[in-house]
Amino acid sequence: MGSLLEQYASVAGHEVIDQLQQLANPLRGMKILHINSTKEGGGVAEILNRLIPLKKELGIDAEWEIITGEKDFYLCTKKMHNSLQGNRDDIPDNLLSVYEKTNRENYERLREKLETADIVFIHDPQPAALLSHCNNRKGKWFWRCHIDVSHPYRPVWKYLREFIKGYDASIWSLSEFVQPLNHPQYLIPPSIDPLSEKNRELPKKEITDLLNSWGIKKDIPLITQVSRFDRFKDPVGVIQSYRMVKKYVPVQLVLAGGGASDDPEGQEVLDEVKAFAGNDPDIHVLELPPDAHRQINALQSGSDIIIQKSLKEGFGLTVTEGLWKGKPVIAGNTGGIKLQIIDHYTGFRVTTPEGAAMRIRYLLKHPGTRKRMGENARQFVLNNYLITRQLREYLTLVVGLLFGSEDKIELKLPSH
Amino acid sequence: MNEGFNISDCALIAIATGEKAQNLREFRDHLRTVHPGCFYYHFWGGLLYPHFNDPEFQNDFAVWASRNLHDQKISEQFAVIDPNIYSDIEDLRQEIIEIVEERLYESEHVPWAKRGQEFHFIRSQIVIFETGITYTDPRELVEAIPNMSLGSIFFHFIDSRRRTEGHRNDISVWLEGLGDEYEELIKVLDKIDPYFTTLSELRNIIHIAFNNFFKKIPNGKLT
Repeated sequence: MGSLLEQYASVAGHEVIDQLQQLANPLRGMKILHINSTKEGGGVAEILNRLIPLKKELGIDAEWEIITGEKDFYLCTKKMHNSLQGNRDDIPDNLLSVYEKTNRENYERLREKLETADIVFIHDPQPAALLSHCNNRKGKWFWRCHIDVSHPYRPVWKYLREFIKGYDASIWSLSEFVQPLNHPQYLIPPSIDPLSEKNRELPKKEITDLLNSWGIKKDIPLITQVSRFDRFKDPVGVIQSYRMVKKYVPVQLVLAGGGASDDPEGQEVLDEVKAFAGNDPDIHVLELPPDAHRQINALQSGSDIIIQKSLKEGFGLTVTEGLWKGKPVIAGNTGGIKLQIIDHYTGFRVTTPEGAAMRIRYLLKHPGTRKRMGENARQFVLNNYLITRQLREYLTLVVGLLFGSEDKIELKLPSH
Repeated sequence: MNEGFNISDCALIAIATGEKAQNLREFRDHLRTVHPGCFYYHFWGGLLYPHFNDPEFQNDFAVWASRNLHDQKISEQFAVIDPNIYSDIEDLRQEIIEIVEERLYESEHVPWAKRGQEFHFIRSQIVIFETGITYTDPRELVEAIPNMSLGSIFFHFIDSRRRTEGHRNDISVWLEGLGDEYEELIKVLDKIDPYFTTLSELRNIIHIAFNNFFKKIPNGKLT
């Protein structure tokens, strides 16, 4: 067993790794290509960073490429992203032309890889139009949707659907997000990597030192929201909740955000948040670079409660990360958060700043409940949301697609 | 001749059908037409798919009826359904439809779920594969069981109930072929109720049964 797999076995169990090896056997040597639009920032890039080496270690010829574009391309795809999550935002034709042109140019650059791969996973809307150019493709193509498309702005979804419908299958995080399409639609919730800098256990001293370096006080409870500065994450609502709590108990708030290179709105939202936070010394708005994984880990590990008050959420990997640190999480009742937060068990789901404030006060007053929920939370992630489970499902999906479409596929060992 | 016990493993992938129900009447209508694989997923699949292990309910229909329709009566009726006693999925489908029909008949109002709390019908595809591991001596399983994947436990202890005469587990069936020697162990294994536990708990229970039988640990407790 290779070293990376060994490391995962130490967290998830040897039997989990054995199973992955068995499932990967029929796929050995196969070329699997993943395409997205950023190598840094955001949950997709984080997962691919580890999924690719893991697949390689299992004997699969896995590769990861990104598509690149100019400012207007990202402006267009950001609008697309927001519209798919429900914003009624029409995208001007000139931006759509940039989207199509950028996909065509990237197709030309990646042509050989795209045409020869056995399996291609295209992540999210940014590279979705690549397929329309790939007339000589050899392999099966999957469109992997990581965002909440439960109530998309129809004109934008209709535009994108023309590119998606040609795929052999699509993959969604939740059944609620699935849009009518005439191909198989698989459900695979995402996952976190327990060995990454962001999720491995840190020395206590490192956590304390980092919290000190940001001026966070040791003896006042800390609540933290880690996410991009994005209106769908409702950072202003979190500050409102904090202010409601602070009237009753001393508390500190951290809003920490890493930028993603494909998100042009981040700075604007960050400015709004800073203005709303004012000069309160107990609100810490931290701008962290995309590679600040240990710092984010320290913040989550050093917090008493994790908040993710999203109004819309694809899955909410920061929720999973918080749960994995053994912390109760108070989060918006939306998207994939509903799969992760079970009220009174791993945390609380809320819909308003008032709801979040009430739950924060409750948990701060009941340390025993906080501890019990934190233990449940970690076990829940161990059982369900580690990268090994997601990898198993990707492998199952590919095996299923290659070896038949029946409900039950029986693979025999090759005879010697 | 002892042919040995071949360990198989399985993994499941969920597939959306796009069909959803907002109320009990829509639910009944979908039940009549949904893919048979939906029943497998909603009754058995939860054990192999990421989810919260609900301590109260063993199938998704009962959870939805309780949590989202707020109809405790039908939720309880769904909850007690043992899917393994039906000879095939179509019988199971018919049973559920009848329960719903009866509830619709006796209800003054059709139970509704709020927007966003619809029941989404999901089907599954299951991939079963041979591990290449075979045990000929039951004693070997004492060491082997804790290292079996949860997929193997599912296949040999849950899925087996659809494949074997008398809805049993594969290990008991194999042991029976080895003679009377293992009668006591078979009795214990046959009595294990695989419901209301997680697969890892089930693995532990089977391990304890083997340990006790082979007297590795006298008090029957795992260390």
